[in-house]
Amino acid sequence: MSEVIDELVEREYAFGFHSDIETEYVPKGLSEEVVRLISAKKEEPEWLLEWRLAAFRHFMTMTEPTWGNVHHAPIDYQDMYYWAAPKPKGPAPKSLDEVDPEIRATFDKLGISLAEQERLSGVAVDAIIDSVSVATTFKAKLAEVGVIFCSFSEAVREHPELVRAHLGTVVPPRDNFFAALNSAVFSDGSFCYIPAGVACPMELSTYFRINAKESGQFERTLIVAEEGSTVSYLEGCTAPMRDENQLHAAVVELIAKDDASIKYSTVQNWYPGDAEGKGGIYNFVTKRGRAGARAKISWTQVETGSAITWKYPSVILQGDDSVGEFYSVAVSTNLQQADTGTKMIHIGRNTSSTIVSKGISAGRAQNTYRGQVKVLRSAVGARNHTRCDSLLIGSECGAHTFPYVEVKNDSAAVEHEASTSKISEDQLFYCRQRGLTEEDATSMIVNGFCREVFDELPMEYAVEAQALMRLSLEGAVG
Amino acid sequence: MLSIRNLTASVGDKQILKGLDLELPAGEVHAIMGPNGAGKSTLSNVLAGRDGYEVSGSATLDGVDLLELEPEQRAAKGLFLAFQYPVEIPGVGNMYFLRTALNAVRRERGEAEVSAVDFLKLAREHMARLEMDPAFLSRSVNEGFSGGEKKRNEILQMSLLEPRLAVLDETDSGLDIDALRVVATGVDGLRNPNRSMLIITHYPRLLEYVKPDKVHVLTDGRITRTGDHSLAHELEEQGYTPATAGTAS
Repeated sequence: MSEVIDELVEREYAFGFHSDIETEYVPKGLSEEVVRLISAKKEEPEWLLEWRLAAFRHFMTMTEPTWGNVHHAPIDYQDMYYWAAPKPKGPAPKSLDEVDPEIRATFDKLGISLAEQERLSGVAVDAIIDSVSVATTFKAKLAEVGVIFCSFSEAVREHPELVRAHLGTVVPPRDNFFAALNSAVFSDGSFCYIPAGVACPMELSTYFRINAKESGQFERTLIVAEEGSTVSYLEGCTAPMRDENQLHAAVVELIAKDDASIKYSTVQNWYPGDAEGKGGIYNFVTKRGRAGARAKISWTQVETGSAITWKYPSVILQGDDSVGEFYSVAVSTNLQQADTGTKMIHIGRNTSSTIVSKGISAGRAQNTYRGQVKVLRSAVGARNHTRCDSLLIGSECGAHTFPYVEVKNDSAAVEHEASTSKISEDQLFYCRQRGLTEEDATSMIVNGFCREVFDELPMEYAVEAQALMRLSLEGAVG
Repeated sequence: MLSIRNLTASVGDKQILKGLDLELPAGEVHAIMGPNGAGKSTLSNVLAGRDGYEVSGSATLDGVDLLELEPEQRAAKGLFLAFQYPVEIPGVGNMYFLRTALNAVRRERGEAEVSAVDFLKLAREHMARLEMDPAFLSRSVNEGFSGGEKKRNEILQMSLLEPRLAVLDETDSGLDIDALRVVATGVDGLRNPNRSMLIITHYPRLLEYVKPDKVHVLTDGRITRTGDHSLAHELEEQGYTPATAGTAS
């Protein structure tokens, strides 16, 4: 099996193409002037510029965190572009037909035909290239029930009061180093607003694509679910293959008011770098939700890409009887490093949380689960169940688990289970005796290992996730 | 059909099979009996292509030397091994596993793949014959199965995959009397003129249901004695010792 595992390194990234789209940049580097320039380009109101500048000034006083179980050369924050956008070839498109054909072709190539999405699939898509949103589908249909789904920039223009009331209320600009950076220079992202009592009639989805060179992507997503509403939201991401590392520092804020429910799914497939660990995306992301009384926030993530993943989608269980869930599959191969997990902060009474984490490492990759369950004094009757399973393929990779538990209320029940296993020779031989190739067998065993998490994904994405998993592990064995 | 010539197998310095010869014509069922450590399970592992053995000699199935092939290629040629200890694969549905296996083998034979709908129908027919609960299909492969259920699942797979050569490695071990009857009659029902079976067992119980054409005694890495069905009874009464003494009949 060992020589076979070496071939893991041969995997290829299927989305590594670069589109020849004319791109507009602001000058390289980070300064107050750049922040002002970004804000001006987006024709933002004064309050938002001030908000950015406050974040920028605070960022300049901060140092990069070092507690992650990840290693990389120092990032030169002055040596990248903070704003890159496809150059408009005229006035902004009013409909999909007016979207630049080259951009549409890019998404077609990624398997996300915007036109087709609009006609067939019943999933509303916001497509983002580099720093700007290029198209949002199904807007009119969503508007009929009062759902707002648009790019962040548009939300700032059209619904400033909603943005202002919620922006930064879950992830404040000073929260952490990367959140502060994002708050200063964030470019675009998606905004969703579900009015009280409305069940959003379709899946909402944002597709992020980094195309430009030497640029970072700093998007900001804000989802507000008013009382008693429900929404399911998906994000997908890819980037071209490049030799240099690119930074992706996003912030996602979810607000589920009383009795609301938000389901947020991610299929992350940023370019992971080559077999020698050259290039790839640094994915340093802050995702957090706040749940009101009886509200539910559920994160599901399938992380296969990025050179380094550093993210902890979290839930603040503020309201009584609120529910938080985190289902995660993180795959790392070659020299990829993943340090991911969640935080569940129990504040309200009878709040409950579930954590299921499946880490898969192959090649020389390192996979870390880092999770925190915090039960405050007020959280009478809080419950948490955590399960962390790690699967190792080969003998040069590593799996690490750092569970932090902090309980300040005696009535809380917190359970933690963990396991580490290898794909056994017995399992492989059994499958091969039945006619499966070693590669098919591996993929089947790995998918079985992840099943509980895949079951949480919306149907079509579950299929995509399985296919992605297979692609990621191609050559891992076989 | 199956022709084994001077087969040897060792693990490290230890030689386990020491020049084994066996001819198994099409349509026949042969039993291999022998004491612990004689090399019975090694024989089935080596035929199926498990890693970890140093092998020499030949084992041809329909003229093709199995020893040259990868395990999955041997499966495609029609070799099926019913495992002594079937492996659990958590999270993988039994139905999905069986269909994937069937289609892998069919693809290799140049036959069309079976759709999920057709497969379900097919699987239900085979399961009814083995007195299996259809709920089996929705469970994970062998996970949480009792010993009897695991063995029945092996025979179900054998039934679906329609092998040319089936090697049953101690399929009767760990079964109570009722489970043995169901499994054994299931196996007997799969006898056919184009299929050969090699039944590896410690006990003659299974052979009451599946009457072998020949019984071989494997001792110390070689076939030391061959006889008809009655040899199994003789062994049960007298043990293997007279056989190892070389009183070949």
